[in-house]
Amino acid sequence: MMSFYNVLGRYKNFDFERFFEQTSDESIQRIIAKSRLTELDYLNLLSPRSEIYLEEMAQRAHRLTIQHFGRVIFLYTPLYLANFCVNQCVYCGFQIKNELKRKKLTLAEVAHEAEIISATGLKHILILTGESRRESPVSYIRECVEVLKKYFTSISVEVYPLEEHEYAELISAGVDGLTMYQEVYNEEEYAKLHLAGPKRDYRFRLEAPERACRAGIRTVNVGALLGLGEWRSESFFTGIHADYLQNAFPEVEVSISPPRIRPQVGGFQPGFKVTDKNLVQLMLAFRLYMPRGGITISTRERADLRDRLVKLGATKMSAGSCTAVGGRSDSESAGQFEISDERSVAEMAGMLYGQGYQPVYKDWQML
Amino acid sequence: MKDVFKIGGREINSRLLLGTGKFSSNKLIPEVVETAGSQVVTIALRRVDPAYEEENIAAYVPGNCILMPNTSGARNAGEAVRIARLARAAGCGDWVKIEVITDNRYLLPDNYETVKATEILASEGFVVLPYMSPDLMVAKKLVEAGAAAVMPLGSPIGSNRGLRTKELIRILIDEIPLPIIVDAGLGRPSEAAEAMEMGAAAVLVNTAIATASDPVAMARAFRLAVEAGRLAYLAGPGETQEFARASSPLTGFLRD
Repeated sequence: MMSFYNVLGRYKNFDFERFFEQTSDESIQRIIAKSRLTELDYLNLLSPRSEIYLEEMAQRAHRLTIQHFGRVIFLYTPLYLANFCVNQCVYCGFQIKNELKRKKLTLAEVAHEAEIISATGLKHILILTGESRRESPVSYIRECVEVLKKYFTSISVEVYPLEEHEYAELISAGVDGLTMYQEVYNEEEYAKLHLAGPKRDYRFRLEAPERACRAGIRTVNVGALLGLGEWRSESFFTGIHADYLQNAFPEVEVSISPPRIRPQVGGFQPGFKVTDKNLVQLMLAFRLYMPRGGITISTRERADLRDRLVKLGATKMSAGSCTAVGGRSDSESAGQFEISDERSVAEMAGMLYGQGYQPVYKDWQML
Repeated sequence: MKDVFKIGGREINSRLLLGTGKFSSNKLIPEVVETAGSQVVTIALRRVDPAYEEENIAAYVPGNCILMPNTSGARNAGEAVRIARLARAAGCGDWVKIEVITDNRYLLPDNYETVKATEILASEGFVVLPYMSPDLMVAKKLVEAGAAAVMPLGSPIGSNRGLRTKELIRILIDEIPLPIIVDAGLGRPSEAAEAMEMGAAAVLVNTAIATASDPVAMARAFRLAVEAGRLAYLAGPGETQEFARASSPLTGFLRD
């Protein structure tokens, strides 16, 4: 099977501007009605011209989401284990040049945070670390998983890219999901934003989801950090990455996240603007392209916007989030970025029920 | 006359089986089950959470129903077997609907792994109802493996596309000595009626009811359609003819 790196290579010199100039109302209308979209159909729906068809796209996306997922939103929450990091990513609050209190949770602290979270009823957790093979090695992550599986039935990791055998090690310890954001798919932009550290290896990161799938992961979630690159092409690459993974690993549940960059320690200003309208367009286009693909919306987004995204293709949302290490028991700790939606799990559940949606706390049973 | 059928030695009097996913609230489930008159209700073990009573889907299935946990999420026979055992250990009983899906784009079942899981679970005393792509040879293997019923799909799960596999299901109904329960894809009551008219023992419906604007009303519509289809089957519908039969051009001369 060809790597996604090679698939992406086909678009190396692709002229997006020119493609968008050639889209027509007729083709967009035809695409919205199709049951199976091609890659370029998807790109058509990401075009500036498609913006006038957002309502039509929304109607179809809404129906497709209900058909395939029902009136439900899956809930999860992130847990930051450690913020030690050797990378210099200009946009990240945890990067090596930023001065902040570095910390990693002890296993007792992991258990304490797990108790606080599981009291909310959540059963799905996403654990995060910065990239430091010295401070937060795979063995440390595995030990944390061993603790967490007493409290949760599904554990996903959002950590630095690993080798296939390391993914296999975490999977056998109880991990079933992987989140891996490429940050920016445009390779030149990527080089400009990642100044130092192992994360400079674009390809090793890009192929991490493939390695995790080969190791037997159940779910993968990919995405670009919106604001770091031109959103239309970045969303296109995210979508075809998801499609590639679904084709190569049909048994895996594939989803995307469209995280928009947030203010953080260091004060990085994103080079590209991504409006609410842009965010909605990319969600709708993706839903039409991959009707069964998940769309995860984090607390980076405002509460009022998240409420509306429930009916625009979202399938999974975080709740009761905190981006600081140990932040649920220690409010002094600095987070990776500022969150926008501070509602508790119970408040999120109330909002969902109010919209005629069921909050699902548990959707996997560790085997 | 009582019109019942048997699965795993139990008499089943409702030919409409229900799924419980996709509802806007678990609180709808008791009324939907009651309105549908269903006796067998399937739940995904992955959603069962005994630790959180208020959100535990299993707690919303009326106590007089047969709970049939399903193995949603299983990617091979081994995982299906583990899920079934976990379900039994969690007090969900001996019934299990096997779902082994290795294709997340269409959610089509993996017949080969399904046969393997059926064999193992039947030997462990489970009442096994395998969900499968309609295929006569596979259905025969499921019979040999000890399945209690066979559940062919009408069209892919959640697709609401109706009875697209009709001809293949008809063959299973004719040839397989177990109840044939059409599972997945039935989007409208008329399609459920069609399956019953063909002689299916029962149908299993989830998406069409759960995602309707009024799930309770839709449950009633399906109940009536299943009853109508069953009655029609028992009544023995007249043959359909391709041409009006006004004369017999080839054999008319034989009339005395």
